[in-house]
Amino acid sequence: MQFPKLGISLLAALTAFAVVGCGEEKKPEPAKTQAEAPAVPTVDIKIGHVAPLTGGIAHLGKDNENGARLAIDQANAAKIMIGGKLAHFEMLAEDDQADPKVGTTVAQKLVDAKVAGVVGHLNSGTTIPASAIYHQAGIPMITGSATNPKLTEQGFDNVFRVVGRDDQQGPAIANYLAATDKPKVVAVIDDATAYGEGLANEVEKTLKAGGVKVLAREKGTDKTADWKAVLTKIKGEKPDAVFYGGMDATGGPLLKQGKELGISAVFAFGDGACTDKMAELAGPAAEGMLCSQAGIPPQAASRTFLDAYKAKFNTDPILYAPFTYDAANLLIEAMRKADSADPAKYLPELHKISYMGATGKIEFDAKGDRKDAEITIFSMKNGKIAPIAVVKAGKTLAYDEFLKSMGGSK
Amino acid sequence: MDILLQQIVNGLTLGAVYAIVALGYTMVYGIIQLINFAHGEVVMIGAMVSLSVINLLADSGLPPLAIVLIGAGCAVPVCMLVAYAMERLAYRPLRRAPRLAPLITAIGVSIILQHLAMLVWSRNVLAFPQIIKTRVYTVAGAAITNVQVVILLACVAIMAGLAVLVYRTRLGTAMRATAQNPQVAGLMGIDVNRVIASTFVIGSGLAAIAGVMVGTYYGVAQYTMGSLLGLKAFSAAVLGGIGNIPGAMLGGVLLGVVEALGAGYIGDFTDLCRISGMSDWLTQRCAGGGHFVLFGSNYQDVFAFLVLILVLVFRPSGLLGERVGDRA
Amino acid sequence: MLGFAIALIAIALIALPFVLTEIGTSWVRITNLALLYVLLALGLNIVVGFAGLLDLGYIAFYAVGAYTYALLASPQFGLHLPFWVILPIGAAIAAMFGVVLGAPTLKLRGDYLAIVTLGFGEIVRIFLNNLSQPVNITNGPQGVTGIDPFRIDGLNFATTSKLLGLQFSSPTKYYYLLVLVVVWVVVINLRLKNSRIGRAWEAIREDETAARAMGIDTTRLKLLAFAMGATFGGIAGGFFSATQQFISPESFVLVESIMVVSMVVLGGMGNVWGVVLGAVLLSFIPEILRWSVEPVQLALFGRTLIEPEVIRMLLFGLALVLVMLFRPAGLLPSAVRKRELSERE
Repeated sequence: MQFPKLGISLLAALTAFAVVGCGEEKKPEPAKTQAEAPAVPTVDIKIGHVAPLTGGIAHLGKDNENGARLAIDQANAAKIMIGGKLAHFEMLAEDDQADPKVGTTVAQKLVDAKVAGVVGHLNSGTTIPASAIYHQAGIPMITGSATNPKLTEQGFDNVFRVVGRDDQQGPAIANYLAATDKPKVVAVIDDATAYGEGLANEVEKTLKAGGVKVLAREKGTDKTADWKAVLTKIKGEKPDAVFYGGMDATGGPLLKQGKELGISAVFAFGDGACTDKMAELAGPAAEGMLCSQAGIPPQAASRTFLDAYKAKFNTDPILYAPFTYDAANLLIEAMRKADSADPAKYLPELHKISYMGATGKIEFDAKGDRKDAEITIFSMKNGKIAPIAVVKAGKTLAYDEFLKSMGGSK
Repeated sequence: MDILLQQIVNGLTLGAVYAIVALGYTMVYGIIQLINFAHGEVVMIGAMVSLSVINLLADSGLPPLAIVLIGAGCAVPVCMLVAYAMERLAYRPLRRAPRLAPLITAIGVSIILQHLAMLVWSRNVLAFPQIIKTRVYTVAGAAITNVQVVILLACVAIMAGLAVLVYRTRLGTAMRATAQNPQVAGLMGIDVNRVIASTFVIGSGLAAIAGVMVGTYYGVAQYTMGSLLGLKAFSAAVLGGIGNIPGAMLGGVLLGVVEALGAGYIGDFTDLCRISGMSDWLTQRCAGGGHFVLFGSNYQDVFAFLVLILVLVFRPSGLLGERVGDRA
Repeated sequence: MLGFAIALIAIALIALPFVLTEIGTSWVRITNLALLYVLLALGLNIVVGFAGLLDLGYIAFYAVGAYTYALLASPQFGLHLPFWVILPIGAAIAAMFGVVLGAPTLKLRGDYLAIVTLGFGEIVRIFLNNLSQPVNITNGPQGVTGIDPFRIDGLNFATTSKLLGLQFSSPTKYYYLLVLVVVWVVVINLRLKNSRIGRAWEAIREDETAARAMGIDTTRLKLLAFAMGATFGGIAGGFFSATQQFISPESFVLVESIMVVSMVVLGGMGNVWGVVLGAVLLSFIPEILRWSVEPVQLALFGRTLIEPEVIRMLLFGLALVLVMLFRPAGLLPSAVRKRELSERE
């Protein structure tokens, strides 16, 4: 009785395996037949994009993917010639589930599929191990949202970043807080994730360097809903400001409970909690909160990009879409300049590139970071985050001044 | 002193929620010796259903209390149905199977419920509409909100109601009899299947109410919110003595208070900068108001488990003793 | 006949990575991960299957082994010991943890044991996640990067080498080493099962009081079960660190412990081959689903209704429930279980 059942299940597993195996090999053929139709010789160029499409931040992952897809579709419509052939760009979108294990598997899958370049990933925790795999294969990778400084400190020449780093964002918000509210005692809390802890460390470093007293670090987790114990302890120390490194899902309850307990400090957050959702979660307690975002606010991105995005996807970009849009375009532009989709040939172009994107002028420094990346400071007004200042290359500009300086170049 | 009182108030509220969820675990375990891993997911479903209802009614102009009650009123039957289906389809056929089988099934059911909830309500963190005006009362220096008061009162009421059910009604007597010895209870004319099903249903009704409370208190709900809560509540049930209803209540409240006090004070206790004079290296590290905290609030979640392990090592049957029948 | 079958299987195992590389190198990586899970399942089989101790926090030993390797072979402390020194150290430390975590549970009954081991698993993970302050030991949630790969006399496991005219990619090299380790562990398990220790474990599993009455030192044997199970977990952890070259506490969550328990129970608790089958099935089927679910849905519905990840978890939960309902002793039950269940009928 047992063997048939066992045999069937094994057979099923093997058949599925074989089917999938065969399925994989069939993929290249349809592309070839497509390419034969037009009279002009075409070349297929694959660009990979990776972000979490499932899990807690899937909405941000989809936003990233949309940005990259818009760039690729526009490039196809523009009929770019590369190496004497008409370039047909194809996007291979993958889901890394915000899990480093899956990130490496997916990275290997893209390398096997011989992509010419990769836009992604989203989280620093998955981007860093994946970058090692891309480096081994010599494939250039540009991320539009991974902010951990370590990514570009690895010495990989194929890794680029179009968004600011945590060690730029942290000091920016910390300095703004110190300059405007002049707190004497600050409490720093983080959510014990790579992102939250990293950002909180930078903020604490900057505040301490400025002579502000920082209380002992308090931590939660990325799922904490009950912050009362930690907040009560902080309340006893009477801080003038509270900084939280973490996402809005946990930052919202933190803010709400803080105000319920009667903490009268200014609350400041990083880009993970710099969304309108904070007003939903914390209610009236969210008014007046400060937060920062790496890069310029979506509203300040070029009008042409915003309109095109809205037209194609029927919704506004959420957070990093302008950056992935620019990242994909940077890859394409470098290929065009080098007249080749071969990574070995267009990588040097990428290092030298100077490009005007939806997020402003982009140039890379020796490590692959964006030169003079901007950080925007927001404040919550009437249930919506509104930009109030932009920090660029160490200088703080009020938002109106910044818009004026950007206005001329579109 | 008012900080200590505040922490105790926080802990009691947290503990009240743990206690209500722990009751569900303990009742089921007492009667069929099954750790119902899926109980936490039932709490989550209660919170989600009430969220949907409250979202629908938020702009209707009804008084906030009425909206929440209607939300709870819709969550309870849904959870009861889910629990009944669980018991009938997944657990009843395994009553005589080796001990491990229903445990694995419970894990499987928990995974299925979680992901079905993800399909229905999406994977995002959902916010409860801010319809309840939070009013803060200050009692002896500690701030307590109206929602917290309601939770504490509801908890007491539920425990009282359950005590009446278990000790003063026929169903309660049947439940206690089945818990002691299912075969003999069956011989005495008790419909064992019905009693067990009722236990599941009542437990899940409590879970639904706990879900609504958690949702309105913290204002957030997500499809993963059930697992950690369930784990801690089960630890609370074991802490008090599994199968023992007063034990579950005691365990829950105790666990909540320990967590709150732990998170609040352990950082200060283990801050080596208090004794920085002991070594030059420490004095250097602690200069300028620095801190050298060994175990801070980051270890909050660990306290629940540590307390549990310590109690089980020294009192293997829990604080108030376990009450489970003989499984032949 | 048996010899012929073994030779055939050996040839298939040797040729497998090259066949898979034709489809895609990522499949060799997936196979390596599957082999790691096989190691874990075999280790847990000793604790759960042989000795009957339900351990829901087994992944803690995997984590200990992985972090031991990571801390001794990465820029974290600047140490770069060779792998054949670290793996035994990792195994020993994991065994120590096994004893330490097992000792408080000796008096506990089945379900309590489960919840306490679960608690220990979580405690280990939380410690790993928070040991970045005040002194940075594990680098906390940021994980340890730049972990050294295995190196034997100039043969670097992280690069592709050309040997005997064939291309040996990095995953392929690890594959052969892993297969050797798995075979070794399987042999150990089979011999353990039929040894005095194995029979003593069986006695403890069936009826501890009677076993003690027969003069079996249950304390020592239970601790031995924990220690041995932990050792294999620790070895697997070392491999995990080296193949990924990056680890973080996120890889050692409760869900992973439950996965390994499911592999053991679904495959057939106590039966070494059953456990191997369970591990292989539960490792490959989610990957196959990941690759096939989207094309199938696109073909049938023109768009993706339900993401592969959700379907994978739903099917996994359903599989657990269904297998328990219809074959509670697992796909390849051990002889003892079969007897048990047929007696009950």
